[in-house]
Amino acid sequence: MAQVSDVADNQSSQTKTLRIARYNPEKNSEKQFMEFSVPVEKWTTVLETILNVKQHQDHSVGVRYSCRQATCGSCGMIINGKPRLACFTKVSELDSDVVTVEPMNNFPIIRDLAVKFERLFDTHHKIKPYLDRDDTELESDAKEFLQSPEELEQYIQFANCIKCGLCNSACPTMATDSSFVGPQALAQAYRYVADSRDKGKDSRLKIIDESHGIWRCHFAGSCSQVCPKGVDPAMGIQLLRGYMLGFRS
Amino acid sequence: MTQDEHKEGFKGMANPSRYGIERVAYWLMRLSGLGLLAYFIGHIYETSNILRGRVGWNEFLELTQTTEGHIVLAIVIAMCVFHTVNGIRVMLGHGGVGVGKPARPDYPYDPASQNYRHKIGIYSAIILAAIAMMYGLAVMFGE
Ligand code: HEM
Ligand code: SF4
Ligand code: FES
Repeated sequence: MAQVSDVADNQSSQTKTLRIARYNPEKNSEKQFMEFSVPVEKWTTVLETILNVKQHQDHSVGVRYSCRQATCGSCGMIINGKPRLACFTKVSELDSDVVTVEPMNNFPIIRDLAVKFERLFDTHHKIKPYLDRDDTELESDAKEFLQSPEELEQYIQFANCIKCGLCNSACPTMATDSSFVGPQALAQAYRYVADSRDKGKDSRLKIIDESHGIWRCHFAGSCSQVCPKGVDPAMGIQLLRGYMLGFRS
Repeated sequence: MTQDEHKEGFKGMANPSRYGIERVAYWLMRLSGLGLLAYFIGHIYETSNILRGRVGWNEFLELTQTTEGHIVLAIVIAMCVFHTVNGIRVMLGHGGVGVGKPARPDYPYDPASQNYRHKIGIYSAIILAAIAMMYGLAVMFGE
């Protein structure tokens, strides 16, 4: 019995208000907020509060998620004004009695909190996110491409990207220019350019050297501040530009 | 709201409050760039008054001797200093200078590109702009 009451003492159960932006482009003309009271523990994530609403109060809330552990990149949304992963943001760290969730900016809305990712996947694909070289390690008598730990360090940080799109949502250029290739794709361009096994540097630099390409970045750094995986797109973009301006080889 | 691209738009771009001092610097850089451009155009127009001879020139120069004129000039001084100092920082950053080295990131993933070197650059630009503006005000109003 003592053990049970210990557990109860440790609980910090509170009730918080969750404001969810509701919008169905096929039916509504405007975004509307619905408020729900949700139970919250110290460790409850924003995603859990949304799922709680879906389970007990309103099943029709549109939200996308999968892994619940900051790995799949599905649950990006605007939480109290900033792009964050709902599964990686605890309500307690927001320090607010009201939690407001909205769909990510700079992505078309499917419904409520779920947004379309087509453009992000297109721009990601555009920069050739694979090793670009003529030979392959997949043939039966081929050897695997060797790489030293030091060479791995050059790009491994950028390989952490989970394509969540938070960076594109925070970017001030993306806010007004929907043709901009965006921090996510540019960071991935750096990831492959910096990979010692890759031979596609010149063609990749050419792809991003266009009027809505890398030069639209003003180094505001907001992408890096919201990235949940430590990718630091702003660093990758400036290093890429260093190659293009001849400061790096 | 129409079914559109849901871009954050001009307001989001120009909102300097959410993403630290780096986004404030981005905003001030744009503002000061446009302010200087406006001043530059006005300046060409003003100095072209010399074509009206000495009287026209002096007449126009008097505009800058008013309280409003002094304040405008003080703001121009501040914009000029901020834009130049921050411009040098941004150009270095754009060339990949001082933006940190790639490394395996650790939680809580503080981004290396948003480092103290660039922050010092931004604060220096703001402080130098403020000092230059105050000096300018002291000279203009101290006559
Ligand atoms: C030594 C003097 C100057 C330096 C070092 C400098 C540097 C820069 C840099 C690096 C940028 C790009 C910022 C970014 O990527 O966000 C910029 C933008 C700009 N500058 Fe200058 N600049 C100087 C003087 C001027 C002057 C005298 C004017 C006006 C006549 C001016 C007008 C602008 C404008 C309109 C922009 C565009 C702002 C934007 O789109 O964000 N600059 N400057
Ligand atoms: S760079 Fe970071 S914020 Fe951008 S998509 Fe990848 S993981 Fe998400
Ligand atoms: S649910 Fe997979 S990243 Fe949040």
